[in-house]
Amino acid sequence: MAFNIYDFTEFTRSIDTGLKNSMSSGWAMFVEYAIIGVIFLLVYAVLGLFLVYAERRVCAFIQNRLGPNRVGPGGILQTVADLIKLLMKELIPIRNADKLLFNIAPFIVIIASFMAIAAIPFAKGLHAIDFNIGVFYVIAVSSLGVVGILLAGWSSNSKYSLIGSMRSGAQIISYELSVGLSLLTIVVFSGTMQLSGIIESQANGWWIFKGHIPAAVAFLVFLIASTAETNRGPFDLAEAESELTAGFHTEYSGIRFAFFFLAEYMNMFIVASIAATVFLGGWMPLHFGTGNAFNHVMDYIPPLVWFAGKTAFVVLIMMWFKWTFPRLRIDQLLTLEWKYLLPVNLVNIVIVAFLVLMGWHF
Amino acid sequence: MRSVINYIKEILGGLRTLWAGMRITGKYFVRPGEIVTQKYPENRNELTMFDRFKGEVIMPHDENNQHRCTGCGICQMNCPNGSIEIITRKEMTPEGKEVRVIDKHVYHLGMCTFCGLCVKTCPSDALAFGQDFEKAVFDPSKLTKILNQPGSTIKKDVK
Amino acid sequence: MQEEIVKNVILGEEDDYVINMGPQHPSTHGVLRFEVSLQGETIKKVIPYCGYIHRGIEKMCERDTYPQIIHLTDRMDYLSAHINNEAVCLCVEKALEIEIPERVSYIRTILDELNRIASHQLWWCAMGMDMGALTTFFYGLRDREKILDIFEESFGSRLLHSFNTPGGLMHDVHPGFQKRIKEFISYFRRKLPEYDQLLTDNVIFKERSVGIGVLSREDAIQYGVTGPSGRASSFSCDVRKIEPYGVYDRVNFNEILRTEGDTMARYKVRISEMEESMKILEQLVDNIPAGDFTAKMKAVIRLPAGEFFQRVETARGELGVYIVSDGNKTPYRIKFRSPNFSNLFIISKLAIGFKIADLVAISGSLDLVIPDIDR
Repeated sequence: MAFNIYDFTEFTRSIDTGLKNSMSSGWAMFVEYAIIGVIFLLVYAVLGLFLVYAERRVCAFIQNRLGPNRVGPGGILQTVADLIKLLMKELIPIRNADKLLFNIAPFIVIIASFMAIAAIPFAKGLHAIDFNIGVFYVIAVSSLGVVGILLAGWSSNSKYSLIGSMRSGAQIISYELSVGLSLLTIVVFSGTMQLSGIIESQANGWWIFKGHIPAAVAFLVFLIASTAETNRGPFDLAEAESELTAGFHTEYSGIRFAFFFLAEYMNMFIVASIAATVFLGGWMPLHFGTGNAFNHVMDYIPPLVWFAGKTAFVVLIMMWFKWTFPRLRIDQLLTLEWKYLLPVNLVNIVIVAFLVLMGWHF
Repeated sequence: MRSVINYIKEILGGLRTLWAGMRITGKYFVRPGEIVTQKYPENRNELTMFDRFKGEVIMPHDENNQHRCTGCGICQMNCPNGSIEIITRKEMTPEGKEVRVIDKHVYHLGMCTFCGLCVKTCPSDALAFGQDFEKAVFDPSKLTKILNQPGSTIKKDVK
Repeated sequence: MQEEIVKNVILGEEDDYVINMGPQHPSTHGVLRFEVSLQGETIKKVIPYCGYIHRGIEKMCERDTYPQIIHLTDRMDYLSAHINNEAVCLCVEKALEIEIPERVSYIRTILDELNRIASHQLWWCAMGMDMGALTTFFYGLRDREKILDIFEESFGSRLLHSFNTPGGLMHDVHPGFQKRIKEFISYFRRKLPEYDQLLTDNVIFKERSVGIGVLSREDAIQYGVTGPSGRASSFSCDVRKIEPYGVYDRVNFNEILRTEGDTMARYKVRISEMEESMKILEQLVDNIPAGDFTAKMKAVIRLPAGEFFQRVETARGELGVYIVSDGNKTPYRIKFRSPNFSNLFIISKLAIGFKIADLVAISGSLDLVIPDIDR
């Protein structure tokens, strides 16, 4: 079993042949699915915990204070302590609430984000689902989360929750358009929807550099639209603490609240990794042109580190947005989407199509 | 055409103000030297309050365990909400006269509003403000304090 | 029974969607309840209910002597505690017709202005936080700590001082008082432009405050909305200019008036007032005359029989103190005309037609401190 940190395909193929030799083909598939499922559960949980800690630290530094620094060395175990506290809380049943919908709403949100994280390429060969319509699949699946939010608000039988979830529903459905269209610019550039194909096409430079102005505009639009998609930052009026106490998840307590909370942070991670993959090159190191000394130096850093660094950069920008700007009102939010982002996106796509036809990109 | 130009100017102007705001928060993010909070229970040794800090009302005793309270009751009259109760007793001096001395100076820390009238109006300057601020207790009866220490007597030169 | 009558009369149609922004709410700055009747997201009617923190301060003042009522006035509008104390002291001194030393007037005015800046800083924190920009809370508090340190060094307490007493001050200020104020002025002059960059010029903030909750001048005069909220509708109501007390007649400062009357105007008036207060401080801090810190007063203060009134300008508007005395050492009746009580009820007129998020913005810009409403 060759464990090469630059290319995991050998490693995964050797595990596959090993399993197929020792048991029948059907069982081998089943065991592989089980292994991947468990790994993703672990990665999801650990990343979620780490992201919550990172957010609290970032927000503290911006606000001239320290952040969690007592539980564990440097405060790393703070989120673990919070998780244990949430697990021990009483699950308060709501009178007159629609019990089935109330109980399955958090699960729908988590399942939607699980399905999206499965399609992300973490490194060369570490790619669980590699559809040939990768980009399309990710956008489609991450928009299933809105069903969970609407169900949560409706079944809570509370006026605040209903207002929060209606606002959130309108917001997410509108911004999916912008997300899809801005990703479409890069699809036009690279000619394929397959995520591994998009990454391979960035071997001579990332699309944000190769595609100059239209790609930069698309990146900016994607950042704004995806912060709105995940109910974060200046678009978080669905859970606006100073207005509606907690919006659509007011009535949830304990582990169900933990699901919503975790799903929000993991959605942020998924969106950031899509941005990193499509615009910034995924696990592809920084290359300028092909076959020169600079590229060789850049190749020394393992692809997993590149991927983690780029995703961390985009996550940091999203956190920066949240802690700087005031909140937008619901009608201003929808105005932003339909009157500003959507026309800019459409014009951008036309320009990109023209550029690709003329060959005026790098 | 003019409306298109205005539209683009609006977008760029908005983005510019957003970037100005982000620069401020970004500036504080990369400067851990500007952190203003202190790690409280660990820095108790270095923590000093200002001299005039109103932590609680105390009756200062000197090294011979003597205080300056005559038991006149002016502080009790001046306290707006009855946080002070003076209990006196009669004592015989060596000359054979019967005088009134302070038995217990009861101070209800839980009711005190720290207005400072008792400290200001005491004719013999017996009371002062102490600087201890960690007063949280689980048992409210601990908040009723007796300010004169047991076995203490009054200083000789107080009228 | 009372509740039902009130409900039927006020809330109107049966199928209104009524939300209660209850007494415990992260953004109503205290215990205040709004009953909001909505149509979708648009507000049709807002009714504020106050009285959750009524403590009977005016009644308690009837059994306390004049030096003892000072500490109760601290707790009405706790963010301008010193100004409240000064109002009662000035009223008592006016009734007794005594001269207070120059030094006392200077120090009282300096502390007034410091209190005004501290109060406006806290308002800015809370306004940003209501709008969703959570970092402004910490930046404002960080700058406010410098003022609170000055207070703590001189009086011993940060928020509720009870430093004034009829006749002067309780004791003299700390010797380093002037140096600290100068340090603070130079520090805050550098930080105030950051406030503008972070919140005032921000396009999102402008969208949420320009044109929201417009208060016309006639309404401001009719409802008695004073303070920065009234001055933003060009109602010239600054008591420091109309009936100067302390040393306000000897300093140079502008009364900030604006004509738009919307949330952004109220916001800008307060930011400009912070700058004006710093100007006043600069003019006064070097010129404090030496002297006594209190006039000679009898041990027991008795006011002559009659009615006495004094008004001052707190950070939120005009506070009036009305004392009815019958010659005893306690007042027969004392009445406070509190600025927040008049400022509160304008919300039912301002918020109609806007959204819930705007209700929060409007009540944040009116800068209400609820204990002052209920006393």
